[in-house]
Amino acid sequence: MRKLVILGSGTAGTIAANKLRRLLPRDEWDIAIVEQQGTHYYQPAFLFIPFGKYRAEKSKKPASKYIPAGVTRVSASVEKVDPEAKTVSLSEGTTLEYDYLVIATGTTPRPDQTPGMEDDWHGTVHSFYTYDDAVALRDKLADFEGGRLVIHITEMPIKCPVAPLEFAFLVDDYLTKRGLRDKTDITFVTPLPGAFTKPVAAASLGGMLEKRGIVLESDFMVESIDNNKHAVVSYDEREVPFDLLVTIPLNMGADFVGESGLGDELNFVTVDKQTLVHDTYDTIFAIGDAANIPTSKAGAVAHYEMDLFPENFVKHIAGKEMTEKFDGHATCFIESGAGKGMLIDFNYETQPLTGSFPFAFMGPLPLLKESRFNHMGKVGFEWAYWNLLLKGRPIPMSPHLSMSGKVVPSDD
Amino acid sequence: MPTTTLSGHEVHVDDEGFMTEYDEWTEELGAELAKQIGIDMTEAHWALIRFLREDYLVKGETATTRRVQAAGGVPVKQQFALFPKKPAKKMAYIAGLPKPAGCV
Repeated sequence: MRKLVILGSGTAGTIAANKLRRLLPRDEWDIAIVEQQGTHYYQPAFLFIPFGKYRAEKSKKPASKYIPAGVTRVSASVEKVDPEAKTVSLSEGTTLEYDYLVIATGTTPRPDQTPGMEDDWHGTVHSFYTYDDAVALRDKLADFEGGRLVIHITEMPIKCPVAPLEFAFLVDDYLTKRGLRDKTDITFVTPLPGAFTKPVAAASLGGMLEKRGIVLESDFMVESIDNNKHAVVSYDEREVPFDLLVTIPLNMGADFVGESGLGDELNFVTVDKQTLVHDTYDTIFAIGDAANIPTSKAGAVAHYEMDLFPENFVKHIAGKEMTEKFDGHATCFIESGAGKGMLIDFNYETQPLTGSFPFAFMGPLPLLKESRFNHMGKVGFEWAYWNLLLKGRPIPMSPHLSMSGKVVPSDD
Repeated sequence: MPTTTLSGHEVHVDDEGFMTEYDEWTEELGAELAKQIGIDMTEAHWALIRFLREDYLVKGETATTRRVQAAGGVPVKQQFALFPKKPAKKMAYIAGLPKPAGCV
């Protein structure tokens, strides 16, 4: 028997387990999945929980429910991988042997990596990227009476890079409805030179901040949080004071990735961006947020990867060339408040553009433009996530970017 | 791809003036690029530029400030002191390397 071990049971790991169990004969392959947490969260909900728009408990389901029969579940955390011996050491002192390893342990917010960030955590310093953080921020916002609200990105890359902007649009809407917007200054602090990374989207999204009276503080590399002054302090000695800070801490891959010599400075696994195979060990792959590929860390990317990776994996273990090439495709709904949303669609080569997106059932959706349909698309996606996507059932969206409907800017 | 003339040499650059051909770069050109953006080069500056050049050969991409700290041993604070305001961009410009990838 050959052995495949999958580390992590989040979006990418769960889809991989479902698809690979169907593709690999049971009498030839053992598949084991290491579940580092017993709960599977519907993470897009974390954006809505702080505004009381989504009942927090609804975002949680047992991870085991989505792992197929015929896959051995191991509840433990990963201590270390020995890529030469092809073993994984687990928290309770056990060791798993593998022929092939798939790392899907994601990315984790690390407030401990910025001096001062943890000192007043859930006091005046908040976030919304974990379940507990989203719930704590909901309670904080419910008591908020106005003042200086600062939304802050520590460093790129982060999971779901549009979420901080969505938070800005939604909090503007939320405070307006509560009659507090006039009593609140909102500042958006980012290490990027603008509201977003790529020029066309940065211009659209920057304009949306301006329209809402949200101040953009760009090129801001945070050095520390000063808890006496209640200010975010940059390396070039700028200070942005706050009464409530909503920060996106440094994102890092799992510690074991670094300790096993498999990753970059941020513990993201170094892989080939088209095939996801490790750049040193051809028995190791990384999928989803855990990989260091230059595209968004997002569920949509994990999903598109999983339309190509399983077939590639089957070819690879048969000694054949991996012919499916991942293009970095990402599709993101962006909530813009007041029941509207935007949509962006891009890959390694093509930046997010305006135009329309071909979408099954609902017809073309407008790109980079606010529309009620985009919001409905985002809300409707949750059913598909639990019932189709995690189980590896087909969703009619192409893993490769399509230029159909997109408006390409001229060179001048 | 546009070209420009630096210290009497014709070199390839992108539309922001970053050199695009690794092998066209020399320390002489690096000094000229530094002068353009108002950086007075000392040995500490050159050590960082050399690290960036060597690291690019190994990694195939321009080191971020975090990588310069982790692998090059120069704290981010010091990078800001040597190349004020936008160290990653300025170091890449002087080293004749692409601007560090805008993360997505």
